[in-house]
Amino acid sequence: MNPVSTVSGRAYPWGAKNVDTDVIIPAHWLKTITRTGLGRGAFETVRAQPDNVFDDPRYAGAPILIAGDNFGCGSSREHAAWALADMGIAAVIAPSFSDIFSGNAFKNGIIAVVLPQDAIDRLIEVARTDSVTIDLESMTVTTPFQDRFVFELDAFRRQCLIEGLDEVGLTLARDTAISKFEEAVAEHRPFLERESGYAGIAVEGVGRT
Amino acid sequence: MATRPQTLYEKIWASHVVERRDDGTCLIYIDRHLVHEVTSPQAFEGLRVAGRRVRRPDLTLAVPDHNLPTTARVDAAGVPLPIADPESAQQLDALRRNTTEFGIDYIDATAVQQGIVHVVGPELGFTLPGSTLVCGDSHTSAHGALGALAFGIGTSEVEHVLATQTLLLSQSKTMEVRVDGTLGFGVSPKDVILAIVGRLGAAGGTGHVIEYTGDVIRAMSIEGRLTVANMSIEAGARAGLVAPDETTFAYIKGRPMAPSGEAWERALAWWRTLPSDAAATYDKTVVLQASDIAPGLTWGTSPEDVVPITGHVPDPMSFADPAKQAAARKSLDYMGLTPGTAMQDVAIQHVFIGSCTNSRIEDLRAAAAIANGRRVADGVRALVVPGSGLVKRQAEAEGLDRIFTGAGFEWREPGCSMCLAMNPDKVPPGERCASTSNRNFVGRQGPGARTHLVSPAMAAAAAVTGRLSDVRDLMGQEL
Ligand code: SF4
Repeated sequence: MNPVSTVSGRAYPWGAKNVDTDVIIPAHWLKTITRTGLGRGAFETVRAQPDNVFDDPRYAGAPILIAGDNFGCGSSREHAAWALADMGIAAVIAPSFSDIFSGNAFKNGIIAVVLPQDAIDRLIEVARTDSVTIDLESMTVTTPFQDRFVFELDAFRRQCLIEGLDEVGLTLARDTAISKFEEAVAEHRPFLERESGYAGIAVEGVGRT
Repeated sequence: MATRPQTLYEKIWASHVVERRDDGTCLIYIDRHLVHEVTSPQAFEGLRVAGRRVRRPDLTLAVPDHNLPTTARVDAAGVPLPIADPESAQQLDALRRNTTEFGIDYIDATAVQQGIVHVVGPELGFTLPGSTLVCGDSHTSAHGALGALAFGIGTSEVEHVLATQTLLLSQSKTMEVRVDGTLGFGVSPKDVILAIVGRLGAAGGTGHVIEYTGDVIRAMSIEGRLTVANMSIEAGARAGLVAPDETTFAYIKGRPMAPSGEAWERALAWWRTLPSDAAATYDKTVVLQASDIAPGLTWGTSPEDVVPITGHVPDPMSFADPAKQAAARKSLDYMGLTPGTAMQDVAIQHVFIGSCTNSRIEDLRAAAAIANGRRVADGVRALVVPGSGLVKRQAEAEGLDRIFTGAGFEWREPGCSMCLAMNPDKVPPGERCASTSNRNFVGRQGPGARTHLVSPAMAAAAAVTGRLSDVRDLMGQEL
């Protein structure tokens, strides 16, 4: 993951509540085999409507999305986070997020910023004309008009985002401990090791109808 | 070190902690990882992008199941047939390429060992008592039937396990679900788990790992226990466990991937220490009496919507919780059912015997016993989809295929099939299916499809009568 300490730029001033994962990425996009490319399907049903915020040239390529309560509810599909990342969104600001979505967002380097509704209302107003800045060091969202909203973020997640550490990378750093565990298993529970693969199985069934 | 009495879950957990973090979460070692085509492509992509390898390809096994059509896989000359749906073909192809690239054992669609991941794992001896087993699929809980701590994970976690062979987890609470007594005539393991899910509710097991205990579970075959543990997730539980016993050991012995020789003896010695200590306590205990369990089925769109076959479509107002009342109204609307209708008066157009819940040999035997000498009712389409090529071969050796085809059932190739609408086997909108699968969610078997979850024998009974039927009326009676 790329380290991220600030996200600054235009923001989609959307504000919709209870945006579920079906809205973020409709189910028919799920048969993909990559994380990339889903941006084309992101908010497909919203984009089908005239004058939608996502096709407004003022916000083209905006790195921030401002939404309402309970963003990302619905299924656990990680495709929702992949779709946002693919359309260039690096942060979502909302009054609340579904747990699973904020976990998935974090795993994909997207900052989920929780702010109260009045702050959201103000940011939506500013975002129509100006840019918004999210700073992870000071844990603030600021605007060119002296607005300053402080938010909270789990210390572990914040560190991961700032240092660009992904969970796999963090666990790989524990390699010595994992290797030690594997040695102990090899000694005390050797039957859990699979001695070898079973090469050849894949060809055996040819001819079966 | 003297320890306090422990449950089976606590013993498996404790023996797999690599590291404990300050916040109480633990890095847990994963002994077995099953991979299928739907939830793995992006995980492999993640590894590739980061330049990472699979830590333990030897502990990983891949098999395609969700997307595969269940029609013939090879032509008369033995040449593999193409997959019509380009997106399915792409996912299946990606699994083959990724497993080759990362050196993972892969069971091809044309191999006799191919099948649904949760049928294949136990059948090949890949699933072992006391092991931790994961798969990017929620019904991984099935493997708990052998005393493995088994649960479903998301794609990021699939990638994490591939790269590190571990997962960062917090310990779950424990729940004992005990079923006392002896099952009545015509009552199957599927009826037991439907009764349990009905009792606990779809969220009743949230945050818990269930351990199934009691005479009924002890008396059950491994096949039956797999059916029960499979649906633990439908009660919201993280996993479901059955303590390993002589039935378990007899089932595993001699399977191709199971330990043998001296390793078998060592394994057995350890497995015998796993059952919960007599003095161990659970965070919660729920007791069911076998005598209260009848052949059952679902009426709504949640697996908790369970009634006995002798029952009626409930009135939404009969539920105390207003949220449940509203949900029931919505369900009945979707299901096209009127409160008060006898379940046995409901006509069906489709029957699906298959899925990781009920596609093993005993399931097919139970269904064949009902189908034998009867005919699928007019206007009903009935599919029998064995859980694996090995199950299929066994069934054919026993002549079950001829019983089914003779009665007008379709006899298919192994795969997830009509359990979920990801391959060509779908229930058309507005049509009704008696299904041995595990989820009756809106659209699960196809957009607008109406699902009633039943046991294999009940599904066969529905097929031959054309309506939801009490299998006991068809048992032991000559035609
Ligand atoms: S049979 Fe159904 S529940 Fe089982 S793995 Fe396949 S899709 Fe999932």
